[in-house]
This record gives sequence, structure tokens and C-alpha cells, in this order.
Amino acid sequence: MGAISIELLLASLMVASTPILLAAIGELVVEKSGVLNLGVEGMMITGAICGFAVAVETGSPFLGFVGAALGGATLSVIFAVLTQYLLSNQVATGLALTLFGLGFSALIGQGYVGIKPPAIGSVNLGILSDIPFVGPVLFSHDVTVYVALALVAAVWAFLKFSRAGLILRAVGESHEAAHALGYKVVRIRFLAILFGGACAGLGGAYLSLVRVPQWTEGMTAGAGWIALALVVFGAWKPWRVLLGAYLFGGVTVLQLNLQAAGLKVPVELLSMSPYLITILVLVIMSADRRRAALNAPAALGRVFHAST
Amino acid sequence: MSFEPAQTPLLLLEGLTKAYPGVVANDQVGFSIAPGEIHALLGENGAGKSTLVKTIYGLVKPDAGRMELHGEAYMPAKPSEARRRGVAMVFQHFSLFEALDVAENIALGMEDPPPRRDLSERIRSVSEEYGLPLDPSRRVGDLSVGERQRVEIIRCLLQNPKLLIMDEPTSVLTPQEVDMLFTTLRTLSAEGTAILYISHKLDEIRSLCDAATVLRHGKVVGDCIPRETSARAMAELMVGATLQTPARAAGTRGEVLLEARGLSLPSERQFGTALKSIQMQVRSGEILGIGGVAGNGQDELLDVLSGESRAPAGTLFFEGQDIAALGPRQRRAMGLLTAPEERLGHAAAPDMSLVENAMLTGDPRMSLVRNGMLDWPKTREFAKKIIADFDVRTPGSHVAARALSGGNLQKFVIGREVLQNPRALVVNQPTWGVDAAAAAAIRQALLDLAEQGTALIVISQDLEEILEIADNFAALNEGRLTEPRPAAGLSLEEIGLMMGGAHDMDTAHHAEA
Amino acid sequence: MIRLEKRPTPSRLWTALTPLVAVLATVIAGGLMFAALGKDPVEAIRTIFYDPLFNEQFASYSRPQLLVKAGPLILIAIGLSLGFKAGIWNIGAEGQYIMGAICGGGVGLALYPSESPLIFPLMVLAGALGGWAWAMIPAILKTKFNTNEILVSLLLVYVAEQLLASVSLGLLRSPDGGGFPGSRNFQHWDAAANVELFPGTGMHWGVVAAFIAVIGAYVLLARHMLGYQIRLTGAAPRAARFSGVNPTRLIVTCLGLSGALAGLAGMFEVSGPAGQLSIDFGSNYGFTAIIVAFLGRLHPVGILLAGLLMALTYIGGELAQFMLGLPAAAIQAFQGMLLFFLLAVDVLTNFRIRLIKSEVA
Repeated sequence: MGAISIELLLASLMVASTPILLAAIGELVVEKSGVLNLGVEGMMITGAICGFAVAVETGSPFLGFVGAALGGATLSVIFAVLTQYLLSNQVATGLALTLFGLGFSALIGQGYVGIKPPAIGSVNLGILSDIPFVGPVLFSHDVTVYVALALVAAVWAFLKFSRAGLILRAVGESHEAAHALGYKVVRIRFLAILFGGACAGLGGAYLSLVRVPQWTEGMTAGAGWIALALVVFGAWKPWRVLLGAYLFGGVTVLQLNLQAAGLKVPVELLSMSPYLITILVLVIMSADRRRAALNAPAALGRVFHAST
Repeated sequence: MSFEPAQTPLLLLEGLTKAYPGVVANDQVGFSIAPGEIHALLGENGAGKSTLVKTIYGLVKPDAGRMELHGEAYMPAKPSEARRRGVAMVFQHFSLFEALDVAENIALGMEDPPPRRDLSERIRSVSEEYGLPLDPSRRVGDLSVGERQRVEIIRCLLQNPKLLIMDEPTSVLTPQEVDMLFTTLRTLSAEGTAILYISHKLDEIRSLCDAATVLRHGKVVGDCIPRETSARAMAELMVGATLQTPARAAGTRGEVLLEARGLSLPSERQFGTALKSIQMQVRSGEILGIGGVAGNGQDELLDVLSGESRAPAGTLFFEGQDIAALGPRQRRAMGLLTAPEERLGHAAAPDMSLVENAMLTGDPRMSLVRNGMLDWPKTREFAKKIIADFDVRTPGSHVAARALSGGNLQKFVIGREVLQNPRALVVNQPTWGVDAAAAAAIRQALLDLAEQGTALIVISQDLEEILEIADNFAALNEGRLTEPRPAAGLSLEEIGLMMGGAHDMDTAHHAEA
Repeated sequence: MIRLEKRPTPSRLWTALTPLVAVLATVIAGGLMFAALGKDPVEAIRTIFYDPLFNEQFASYSRPQLLVKAGPLILIAIGLSLGFKAGIWNIGAEGQYIMGAICGGGVGLALYPSESPLIFPLMVLAGALGGWAWAMIPAILKTKFNTNEILVSLLLVYVAEQLLASVSLGLLRSPDGGGFPGSRNFQHWDAAANVELFPGTGMHWGVVAAFIAVIGAYVLLARHMLGYQIRLTGAAPRAARFSGVNPTRLIVTCLGLSGALAGLAGMFEVSGPAGQLSIDFGSNYGFTAIIVAFLGRLHPVGILLAGLLMALTYIGGELAQFMLGLPAAAIQAFQGMLLFFLLAVDVLTNFRIRLIKSEVA
């Protein structure tokens, strides 16, 4: 084997980073509204199986992705009802979501083990795809990769320029103040949670329909947790989350390539490297307390109950 | 100037009633406000003022009663409806977003904000017009408390309100800033905007307001023309009893107990205030009053004295010993006790019982712990003693702290420290949000301690309180402490200057230029 | 319209009652889920909750299993509950459990085939240390760099799983195993075996440790300063600092204790019921224990009961898998559902529900 093709490496980097990018950008919106949903892993795996099942049954990957978004969003409704209306602890509820999602997805997924999903073609970008090096790296992917990128841009613009985005940020800063001004804190957070669920579902489906592509139990293997870490890494800024996703995708692809190349490093060490690097990055990002606090939504994870 | 009820009142309230479980917050409240009138709503904490203004602003729905605005039925279901009808409100707390900038904060309070560039332009022009300088692009967290209030006022003024509600606006201002605010309010009134002014500060109401309605226990107990009524008469209407001022015997000053030497410390909180070379000495039997507008380092000062944050070595001494490195428990064991401002969550744990809360600071001095094991019976005795000695109204010591009213919990928190026989005691806002009778009892307890030779630091934003009980006065201003001066004979003017006066106005003006 | 109204004092009645309500709701919802899978819901529920204990045919096998499964769950959940009470979220107990097994087992195997009576105590110590050290990673990162302990402890589970795979294929692989992955079997080595203490009960040293942990945690929380500081920190962190609690020390203590207990659980499991280190040694006990801790209201006695109940669903689930062909995953979803219902009815402890007639605006 030997040499590793940089071109292939970069091209697969974009594919490898898409699932966590989708989940992370959704969670970013959720956290910006002041809610910490630790159920990303559960919503991702639910999206993975829902998307897979729908795509297999209908033969349409597109409908698969729709089903995945619906599946993730449905699971997030449970979280939203529990945390926003029944005022449960967000950490515990998020964990419950993950535990339930892992079991539930395994349950639905029983009949789908070992099946191949319908293939999803790459977008025809005509001449762009033919540019040497740049073409294969940037312009030869399936549509989801570009949708994810567009989503990053859309979330960025939404938060920065739109009034709805301003209100969302305000709710995440101080729910008391937003409530005093007459904004519907619970409704806004509910919608944000739904969006986060749908995005996580899409991310999961990208794993089962494109990246792997097949269904296995627990196939997200911590991707949801890495997405959560990415939001911290990106300091709640969309473009930096994208950067983080590429960094993580790069590490994943690189270690897989190194494994394949038969490098004289234990396989297990390579397999654990994405997790270790995520921890390392988290440490670096949170070490500067003042900067970390400046960007974090001030009301993150706090329970809101309008007493009057 | 007098307002005859000949014309249609701007706002008419009739029979407004709102009950919460266990308490009737508003009981058949009714009065009216004429266009351009400055109307005071007067009452103690818990009299029902907040509920009433929240009703007018659409945040609370009354159980019964009706309102009219300009002679038309008015019952806003939400604040945006109130704003559309011309009612605006400046809040006492909780309505600004620290991480957002001034323009964003203002946009959030408007129904239909113009594009950012136009909005900034309008903010500048309105702030010039009313003498409230403000830079639209600054982050609110970095503003002083007085500047933050300007943000709220400008947010209201941009909507051209017919009625402006102001909830305790001066509690965060220096005397000079209060004067400037009153000038603005009089200008508005002259232009025809009515103002509903909520306060319990009688002198202010007498100098500013055209009419006053007094609330007690949710009911209207009287109205008056403030200019023609004495402050004492209004106070007794408000409290419903004759007031007594605390008595103080001339104490003797002993040796220096607590001393800070050039104590500087960056704040641990976001948007907090750093302490800058604090210099002070407090002697046995002395009460040092520290005044200042909220957010000028009061919390940070208390934290560094209690041991929650650690001072640099060689800057903090107790009885001549360097205590900079000691934690809260060790300081308590030596006799240095503290009582923070925030009762729920800082001085007391809301969901824990009064017995458990007695343990919170009581252990080192009352020896409630032996070999790491807690002595609950002894702690229960201590809690019961606090409850009895400080007249804490509670069904028992097993009740959670959050179930107590603010005044009763404050009596418990202060009592817990006083009964431990402190050598030195530091309290922050000892009577904040407490009714007059409880406040008098707390002040008396502090005076008694000083008489017994305890050194006291009383941090407060209530200047009258400080002048009433303190021997010496110093002011905190942006983390700096002025040189303490004897409290007797200080004029409000001098105090205002010590507190920093309106100096930030000048800098803002320069920034504009 | 329904309104929630905060109670002045948390309701004691509902604190005790909510887990029962949650279990009942889960049984109903679970029955519906089983029905949707085409199984008779009554039979499924009976197979899970009744048969393991009382069916003549299975009880003799299942009853001892109850303690075997409950032991590690309780041991881990007790440790987690201390941190959860203080608002310190160690959710990587699964990783600490694996590390306890690797270290405990590893120290034992290093001394093979000695028959010294010191071997087993040494393994216990090493297991606790292994779990403790693994939990110290998030503790130190949290206290030194303010890094989120939830994410770090969880990510370390995946790292521990890779380490487990590595040692069972390499370093600790049994030389007599004919090339199959997995370590020597501890049950075949008297000095290192965690034996059943009373035949037919399922009681092994891990279960003893779990009972000791329950009693210890009870005394700690009710009577000891550390327990008070844990509860105070969870109830009001700022008040805790004011009181004199050192947050750094508390984080290190809570994470360390929960890690050590999880490590112990792993060590007792590998030397007892599991018998050997192998790739699939990880059993999700570390995650299920989170449910146990919450279901037990973070109270030691509650955790004891919750651990037994959760063990029952494991055994009943296996039985249902065997008897009715119910998928293994169904029981995992069932457990997750239980946590949902618990969190949902928990609101009754702190809030009163009031029905309000819709008002005319």
C-alpha cells in the first residue's frame, strides 16, 4: 500500500465530517436558545435507523432523509415536553434520550441488519467536478454535503441578521428578561429543540445511508457526543463549528487510512485517537475561562418557570 | 400645577383584583392617571405594586376588574399589546441582556424595529434630546448600572409612549444621576407623557410627583398630593403604624480588628467589577458604612472578606494576622462573619431546611460538627434560637428556606451571624426588600452588636440607612473605596460626590464628540 | 388550562411515590410497545416481572441472578448518586468499570499462578485504583482547565473500550487459550476467583461491597460533613462556597469515589460472573446505573431497591427473549422509557398541578 493520496483524503474528509457537522449545527441552535440537550447521540441513532428504514422501504434516499429528520425531531419532542413543560433536569433528560434512543433504534433496526440501502448519487456540478484536485475534493459529493454547508451559512445568517435569531439569542442569554419583554420563552425553545432533533436525525441518516452505508446497532459510536464537544470547540459560532467538524473528520479519515496502510501503530490506538483528540481540543478551548464564558449562552441548562 | 379630573383620564383602573395562593396581591385596586401627570404608586415591599404594574403592562392577568386607556376598554394579553397601545415600562431588574449590545437590546423591546443603521441613528438623536448619552454599539454587560437604566428608558422613549411605567428607578442611581433623571422625566411630562412612578422613597416622590396612590396589603389605603403631605404622614400611611427609629448608645472604639491594605483583585464573574487597592480599617465597636451604586464592587468586596475569593497575601488582616489565604470556615472560627446580599442561593440554600441552613455557617463557631459527624440535635437548637430571638415567622425549623418571606429569611440570615457572637461582621444590604418593622429590628441588632464591641461593615445602597447607623462612611465606586469620613454631618451632596457623582456622564459626552 | 405552581417545600409523599408511578406507567407503555411488536403484553410483562422470581421452572436459576446483576448496578449507582447530588456529572462509569476490570484482572494475572491469599485483596485494590484513576482524568481536567466533565468522562468510555480490545487480544490474552481472544478464566484459579459465598444465592463479594456502599452512603449523606457539603453544593453552589466548601476538592472526591466504586464493580465482575477479560466484557452496567441512580431518587435505600428492580428487568428481559422471542433491544428501550416517565412525574415533587378555567380576555 504505502502512500496515502491527499486528494482522496481531503475528499473523504468532507464526507466524514458531514454527520457530526449536521448534528452540531442543530445543537448549536438549541444551546443558543439556552437549552442543553445531551440526547444528540440518541437522536442521531434514531435518525440513522428511521432514515435507513424509510429509504429501504421506499427506495428513495431523499424520503429516507425526510424520515430521519422526522424521527430525530419526534424524539426531541419528548425532551422538549419534559424539560420545557415538566421542568425536568436537562442533563438527566438528555441522558435518558440517549439511552432510550440506543435501545429503541436497535429494536426497529432488527429487520434491517445486513441490507444495502439505495445509493445516493453525487451532484453533477459539470465542469467544476473536472477541475484537477479541487474537483474531486470539493465538487464531487452527494447533495447532503452541500446541504450541510448551506445549513451552516443559513444558521450563521439567521443568528446574526434576523430578528428571530436575535430573539433566540436573547432567550438564551436571559429567559427572565425575555419573558419580561413578552417573548414566549418556552415556545421559542421548543422550536429550537425540534430543529436540533431534525438536524441530529439527518446526521444519523447520513451515517447509515451514505458514509457506512448499512445499519448496525450502536453505529453512531459516540458521534453525537463529539458533536456536542464541537459546539464547545466552536465557541457557539457556526463557522468555527464547521472548522471543528473538518478537523475531526480529518482525524477520522487519517486514522482509517493509517490503519489501512498497515502502519506499525496498534489499531486500537488509532481507533481511540478521534476521542482523545476531541478531549484535547475541549481542554484547550475551555482552559481560557473568561473567553469560554463570554461566548456561552448565559442561561444554558437553566430551568425556566414563569412564576407570575 | 394641578390636574382636574375634567378631561378623560389617560388610564383608569377599577376594582382590579389578583389573588395568588395564600395571598391577595391586589384587592379592588382603582385610581386614574391624567395625561402628562406624574403619578406615584407608593407602598412597602409586598404591598402589591409589582403585580399592579405587571397587570397594566400585560404580564399578569387580573382575576377581576377593568381598565380603560383613553376612555376605551384596555386589557392587554401580552406586553407587545400594551406597547402597541402606548404603554411602556422600565424594569427594576431582569430586562436587559448583558451579552448583547445596546442597539440589540433596544430592538428587542420594540414592536417593529427599524434596520440597525437607522435604529442606531435614532438612539443617538433621542439620547441627545433627553440628555441620556449612550453608545449603541457597546455591550450592555460593560455598562454601569446607571447607563443600563438609560438603555431601558431610551428603549421606551423610541416608542413614543403615552404612559411610562418606572419601577423603583432610582435605587441604582447616585444623587446626581437622580437629578438628571428627574429633569428627563419632567421634560417628558411637559410633552404630555404620563408617568407611573413606583417607589418607596418619600423625598423623591415629594419633589417629583403630582399625585400619589398608597397601597398596603394589596389595597388602596389612601391617596394624596405629595407636595402637600409630609414624608412622615405618607410613611405612616404606607406602613400603617407609627415608626420608631433605632436607638444607639455611644459605644467605645477599641483596637483595629479588620484591615485591608491596598487590596486589589480581578473579578471572577463575567461583567464583574475588579477591586482596586482597597484601603480600610475597622475598629472594635465601630460601624463602617459603605455606600455606592449597585455593581460597583459590593459583591466582590463581600466575597473577598468572607473568603469565597482569596486576596493576595499581605493585603487582608484580622487582628493583625494575615488572613488572605484562609477559607470561609477558618475565618469564621476566628470570629470574622459575613452575610451576603442575595438571600436565596448565596446566604441560604433555598431547598434546604432552616436547620440545615443553620449548619451552613454555624459549624465552626458553634461546634456543630465532631470528627466530621454532624450534631443535628445541637444544630436544631441553634436554629430554634435564631427563630425565637429574631422573631422569624415560620411554622418550624424543618421548613425549607424558600418557603419563608424575604423579610423573615433575612432576619434568619442576619440572626444566624449575630447569634454566633462575631468579633467582626460584614453585611451587604441588610434590609433589602424587608418591611419597615423587620428592617428596624435588624438595624437595632447591628447597633447592639457594635455596642458589645463587634466591628461592623455595613454595605448598603440605602443611604438613609447608612447615615442612620454608621459611624464612618466610605463609598465604593468602580471597585475603588474612598477614604472613610465620619458619617455625622455629611450632606447628600458630599456623599454623591464620594459615590462618583455623574462623572461617567462626562466620559460618555466625550465619546460622542 | 393547566398551571404548575411551585410548592413551598418539596412534597415528601410524592418523593416516595413518583418512582412507583413511573414504574406503573412504564409497565403500561411497555405493554403497548410489546403489543405493537406482536407479543401478548400481559404475558410479556409477566415473563419479565413475575416469572424470574416465582415461576417454578425458572426461579431456581433466575433468583440468584437477581443479586448477581443488581450488585454492580447498585455499587456503580451509589457512586454516581454522590456526584449527581452535587451537580457533578460522571456519565463515564462504563469506562471506569472496564478500567477497574483491566487493572484488577491485570494485577492478578501478573502474579499467576501464585496461590497466595493476598492475591484477591490485591486485585480488589487494583480494581478500585483503576476506576479511580480513570475518573481522575475528567476530575483534573475539570478543576485545572474547566473542561466539561460530562463530555470527557463519556468520551473516555470509547477509549476504555479500545483498551479492553487491545489487552484481550494482546497483553492479557491467555497463553493457553489456543489463540482465542480473552484472558485466563479467574473462576479456574482459586486465589483470584470471586466465588459465590452462599451457594444458590448469587451472593459474591461484589454484592457484599454493594451493601456496604449503601450503608456507607446513607451514613455519609445523613450524618457526615462531606455528605452535607455534597447536598449543599447540589442545592445551591454559591451558598456552598460561602459555607466554605472547596469546589475543587469536592469534584475530585466525588468523581474519585464514583470511579473507584465503578472500578470495584468491574473487578468483581471480571473475577466472578464474567470470569475473564474479553472484548465484549463491557455490559452497559455503567449506563444502566445512571437510570438506577435516578430511579432511586439518588437516595441509598432507593438505589438498593431500584438496583434490584433493574436487575429484574435484565433477567426478565433475557427470559422473555428466550421464551417469547422478544428482541434484546426491547428491554433497553423499556429501561430508557422508565427514566422518561420518572423525570416526567418528578414534577409533582416540587410543583402542584392546578387546573384553571380558561379565562375570558
